[in-house]
Amino acid sequence: MSLDIHLLIGGEAGQGLVTIGQLLGKALVRAGYEIFVSQSYHSRIRGGHNTFSIRLGAGPFCAPRESIDILMALNAETVQLHRGQLTEQALLIADSAFAPDLPGTISVPFAELGPEHLWNTVALGLLGRILDLPSASLYQALEAMLGKKHPETLVENREIMEKSRVWAAAHVPKHGFTLAGGAPAADRLLLNGNQAIALGALAGGLKFCAFYPMTPATSIVLELIAHAETMGCVFEQAEDEIAAINMAIGASYAGAVSMAATSGGGFALMAEGVSLAAMTETPVLVAVAQRPGPATGLPTRTEQGDLEFVLHAGHGEFPRAIFAPGSIEECYRLTQHALAMAERSQSPVFLLTDQFLADSARPVAPFDPAVIAPVVAGVEPSAVPTPYQRYRLTENGLSPRLLPGMSTHLVVADSDEHDEDGHISEDHGVRIAMVDKRLRKMEILKQEAIAPSLDGEKSAELLLVSWGSSQGPVLEAVALLRGQGRKVASLHFSQVWPLVSHQFLDILQAAGEVVCVEGNATGQFARLIQRETGFAMPSRIARYDGLPFTARYILDRLTSLAAMGRKA
Amino acid sequence: MISIEEYGKYETAWCPGCGNFGILKSLKQALVACELQPHQVLLVSGIGQAAKTPHYLKANVFNGLHGRSLPVAIGAKLANPELTVIAESGDGCMYGEGGNHFLAALRRNLNLTILAHDNRVYGLTKGQASPTSEQGFVTKAQPHGVFAAPFNPVAVAVTMGASFVARGYAGMPEHLADLIAQAIKYRGTALVDILQPCVSFNKVNTYQWYKEHCYAFGEDHDPADQAVALRTAMEFGERIPLGVIYKKEGPIFEDQFAVLKNRPLARQEVSREGLRQIMQGYV
Repeated sequence: MSLDIHLLIGGEAGQGLVTIGQLLGKALVRAGYEIFVSQSYHSRIRGGHNTFSIRLGAGPFCAPRESIDILMALNAETVQLHRGQLTEQALLIADSAFAPDLPGTISVPFAELGPEHLWNTVALGLLGRILDLPSASLYQALEAMLGKKHPETLVENREIMEKSRVWAAAHVPKHGFTLAGGAPAADRLLLNGNQAIALGALAGGLKFCAFYPMTPATSIVLELIAHAETMGCVFEQAEDEIAAINMAIGASYAGAVSMAATSGGGFALMAEGVSLAAMTETPVLVAVAQRPGPATGLPTRTEQGDLEFVLHAGHGEFPRAIFAPGSIEECYRLTQHALAMAERSQSPVFLLTDQFLADSARPVAPFDPAVIAPVVAGVEPSAVPTPYQRYRLTENGLSPRLLPGMSTHLVVADSDEHDEDGHISEDHGVRIAMVDKRLRKMEILKQEAIAPSLDGEKSAELLLVSWGSSQGPVLEAVALLRGQGRKVASLHFSQVWPLVSHQFLDILQAAGEVVCVEGNATGQFARLIQRETGFAMPSRIARYDGLPFTARYILDRLTSLAAMGRKA
Repeated sequence: MISIEEYGKYETAWCPGCGNFGILKSLKQALVACELQPHQVLLVSGIGQAAKTPHYLKANVFNGLHGRSLPVAIGAKLANPELTVIAESGDGCMYGEGGNHFLAALRRNLNLTILAHDNRVYGLTKGQASPTSEQGFVTKAQPHGVFAAPFNPVAVAVTMGASFVARGYAGMPEHLADLIAQAIKYRGTALVDILQPCVSFNKVNTYQWYKEHCYAFGEDHDPADQAVALRTAMEFGERIPLGVIYKKEGPIFEDQFAVLKNRPLARQEVSREGLRQIMQGYV
């Protein structure tokens, strides 16, 4: 069995878990580990129970794990909540004040090693030693994080880290956790889903984004804002989500490649704007990072419950495309692709992710910005027939998109039904021609639809179907089942609309048993597949408790499904 | 020089005698006075009879959703600051459905113009109360008369320290054209609240009523004095003063973005070197 350690750091909000997690993550990546980082937090600024989880080893890992090998408890609650997940050989590291009398417990005099507000640095020193990370690499990470903002605290932090390291060297038995193996790839990027989306957007030519803060989408835009000056972009916090999407549409109309980012509740406010983008044929990308609803739901948890909502949002009939990345790499590539498809189809296009993907980080190979050319808005004025008509009827439904003010041609866009010139029309013949013209663009989206990816053989005895962020946990479950000698395959959809049945129907039909794995209660994607292809997937694995899928969760449910099958 | 004919002539969907005709004429005169060519101008509107105005002259047009003219105008202006951007809609659209955007737009202070056709009634939906309807104004939707206090956009804008606040009247087209031209030329968000009769649904605030109440104030008004401006703005009863009520010099929103000093966003290259640098930060 290759090295696979799950480290969980638990404590209250405000104890600096994210800081330790990030520093440790960077140091581990530099030391050549594969890691998978995920976060679980409450909707509050201080207190509550938060965890930062790092799975590390030979990997690659694409999902979290439930059982814990090292538990770093910064408060008593962490011990109470997670002791049941500890593996037999696990280490539990806790302050002497609340360390339980369990085998494998390391009782640490935290107060002797550092002041309470720097217990995260104590934890970092202890973990650095336990994981056998070179001091230099942790210092480097610490310096990178604190050096610019708080140089005055750097010395104190270094001292505390070193003291804690020395303490660990004297009191913690050397564990067999050392990573054997090849030379570390030096230049890997440690990115979470939202960071990858931001980078993909910038590489795709994004120039404008408007947003209203909403977890778990906010960090996409914060990431963009951090790079606004380098990349020459304008990002604006709007007064509400209605303004956000309308600003993005206005900016796109005037030639800036644009997006908006939100979660379900904010997207509800954007629905009319989606319809406006469709009617005015203004390209816009909306990133929807899902969290459990209805209403405020579980603001900091995960779910795949808004597929049908995003598929149908906006009144009237119009084409759209929905991309659902299943990995950090796909977050980057599909954002870039989605911007291109919005421009290409002059339509609203969506990126559907969730809190799990937004907050999970993994090392990835650096992306080459030169691979795909950034989106260019509109066409050259010299290329359009005169007199210019923004909504000229064409065979493929695409009318030449000029940018206002860039030539003497006038660009008239209208949310009313309009004639080819863009002016209001209530003529029924015009209405039919324009509806048909807009709908013809669906063919473009279909032609360019990304086929689902099949991992395994077409005639597998068991096929697990998934979309979006569930890909990682499903692939791990598939690998474990194959290890047991079973013929299992995975079919993952990273584009969930439009669905082009000839790309996948034969795969569904050829499999022995088909099970749809999705993070909602009612099986929205399974229903969509059936609606579009007639293929029914009565066996489903659902998760809607707010937590992400894990391989264990999937395997346990498969066992229950099999038992039910035997009873029937 | 540009002539008013270059702004074209269109058939309209307005009632005969509508105040919109005067406003359209004043707008064209103002654009000519500002020596703007149609392709340099972007008119953004919402929904309502006033919001149809951009369809009746030559310009770039984005006729969007009810209440949402301002966010679209702001997005477009940020994408291309070289455009002369005018957000134009009625009182229901600008102050009712779009109220939050109105406040936020005044706070941001982009270099754009807001023209609010204020006839104090909903025309296109056939005669319900608007945010500026007088208390006691009887409609089919408010059969016992409007209870809510009317919104005074001009006073609100002055209180918020908006850049340029004016009140005009559709029945005084020359005066109005001058106000609009000043607003367009002003560097900052410029509001012109335009009082306007609705011949079909507002039987109270008629041409005659406005003639009796409105007066254009003279040179003695100091628009730099916020306290005086607020008193003037609050004068809205027996006498309604018209003119540039408040003006304030200051930085505009666009100034904070270095990237906007060069060219429109659409003309900016994507820096591959910048991207490589950014990615290095994640190693």
